[in-house]
Amino acid sequence: MKRESMVKVKIPAPARTIIMPLPGCPGCQHPTIGRIIAEVLEEMDLDGKAIEVTGIGCNSAVAMLNVDVLLGSHGGAPDMATAIKRLSPGAFVFTVQGDGDCIAIGAGSFIGALTRGEMITIIMCNNANYGTTGGQLAPTTLISQITTTTPSGRDAIMEGYPVHTAELASTFRGVAYSARGALSTPANYQRTKRYIKTAFQKQVDQVGLSFVEILSACPANWHLSPVESLRWIEERMIPEFTLGEFKNVDLVG
Amino acid sequence: MGERMLVQGNEAVGWGALNAGCDGFFGYPITPQNEIPEWFSRELPKRGKVFVQSQSETGAIMMLYGGAAAGFRVMTSTSSPGWGLMQEGMSHLAAAELPCVIVLVQRGGPGQGSVRHAQMDYLCVTRSGGGGGYKNISLAPASVQEIHDLIQLAFYLADKHCNPVVVLSDGILGLIAETLEAKTIDFGPLPEKDWAVRGRDRQRDGKRRFIHSYPSGAPPRGGYANYVSWLEHMGKKYQEMADSELRYETYHSEDAALLLVAYGYVARVCKEAINTARAEGLKVGLLRPITLWPFPYQVIRDKVDLGCRFLVVEDSLGQMVEDVRIAVQGRAEVHFLGLLSRHLPTDGGMILPGRVLEEIRRLS
Repeated sequence: MKRESMVKVKIPAPARTIIMPLPGCPGCQHPTIGRIIAEVLEEMDLDGKAIEVTGIGCNSAVAMLNVDVLLGSHGGAPDMATAIKRLSPGAFVFTVQGDGDCIAIGAGSFIGALTRGEMITIIMCNNANYGTTGGQLAPTTLISQITTTTPSGRDAIMEGYPVHTAELASTFRGVAYSARGALSTPANYQRTKRYIKTAFQKQVDQVGLSFVEILSACPANWHLSPVESLRWIEERMIPEFTLGEFKNVDLVG
Repeated sequence: MGERMLVQGNEAVGWGALNAGCDGFFGYPITPQNEIPEWFSRELPKRGKVFVQSQSETGAIMMLYGGAAAGFRVMTSTSSPGWGLMQEGMSHLAAAELPCVIVLVQRGGPGQGSVRHAQMDYLCVTRSGGGGGYKNISLAPASVQEIHDLIQLAFYLADKHCNPVVVLSDGILGLIAETLEAKTIDFGPLPEKDWAVRGRDRQRDGKRRFIHSYPSGAPPRGGYANYVSWLEHMGKKYQEMADSELRYETYHSEDAALLLVAYGYVARVCKEAINTARAEGLKVGLLRPITLWPFPYQVIRDKVDLGCRFLVVEDSLGQMVEDVRIAVQGRAEVHFLGLLSRHLPTDGGMILPGRVLEEIRRLS
């Protein structure tokens, strides 16, 4: 491709839902996840009736969206979303959580909501470590990945294996949708956006709980550049965490 | 005139909540309070209200966090081990200034303890069970009727102060059956919950709401200049609650030379002992704190000035007695009759009126 034929297009941010920059370290993809959520909310005209519940951690960057937000506790977001949705069935209720928030400390809350098949959407950002606290071992940390609490790398004998949350969620009968996406390429970005859209539609159609896991770069704690981080997702994370839809039904049970 | 019926204390929780306009109950099974979630599971759904059995007490309190943030009247109930699990959530709810009601039906502790009655959670209820030194109003009923009435008061006080309120029952009060007159009590108007998350389009000003348990948020729930100004605001609120919400009952206290201090089921035991002692001519009375926090320190101090001595009767190894000693400040005798004076050495043992009377005679 000749240089002069390349056109740089800047697509404006969704104007109703993003009214301030979403914070993040250089190369962090949590703000990108917030941006996709905002795009989908506006395209589906859900932002006005949306109630977002965030966990505690870097995922709370997404709490800066211009929708009603409950910035919750560490791990309790599915419980909070459960109560909000049951009490206000007309609201559109979703959580944004980190992997530690969702499947370590909040595992009971997450499994409880999956078991009951709550009519909510759970979005889990998987960056393979605890970002906010400085890069400790997470349930999603890869084998041999160095973190501040696995200084010699994650050892399967000592720390077990990475947890596959999207596959786990797909096994629950009350779950309508479960998928895993990444943001490492434009194609993956578009696929992930479609997953979020489908997940939101499941709630709108009152089918059941919908879940999307998104692989998200954490250059600061991975000690890689933003570009190297995208390569690391492609070469290391995606082989462990298969991308795709694991469940997509129009009737649960 | 409300409906009169014979119900258990645990069921009276339900009738009180219903008469308070409770929108949702979230709870987990634990003895001796199982009749409470069972009652709500029967009665709420058919009235179009919400009941969810959570996966744990941690989950139940987080559901309250969500429901309260959305502006609904929500509650849970538990017993002592479950109370421990709820403390992280209690701290969040207090920090986020969210109104809700938690019923604690005390059982014996510590640990697994027993599944029968006791009064062993006083300190962790009145002293900020979770981290951060917050305050919560704690109401202590002594009858089935009072459980019903105080549940309604609890919802009102929670909304008035935007703070969790605890109703402290116990295994005896929860399971005894008494006549209940169930009716709605009007405590007066309350401010609108314009801070609640409902979805931006449902906000009158069309602006987003942001609820959280840290100080740097936007008005109306935040906007504090810094951490200390946030805590200053919290401190003022707690002082207002302490100044305005004290409630207690006195019984034959006017001329008492010996004042018993007791709450909950033990207060009723004390009344019976006092009736007998009075017939014997002994000048003995009772102070029954209805709010355990705020505690009636000044009422006790005034009695100290009149030369009163004190006997704290409490079904524990001694917890409320600490508050009485704080009030007395060493200026009067404070005696204690506790769990070791039960009529049986088992978890079914009780402090009976005869044992209290014996102590009254000994001290008179």
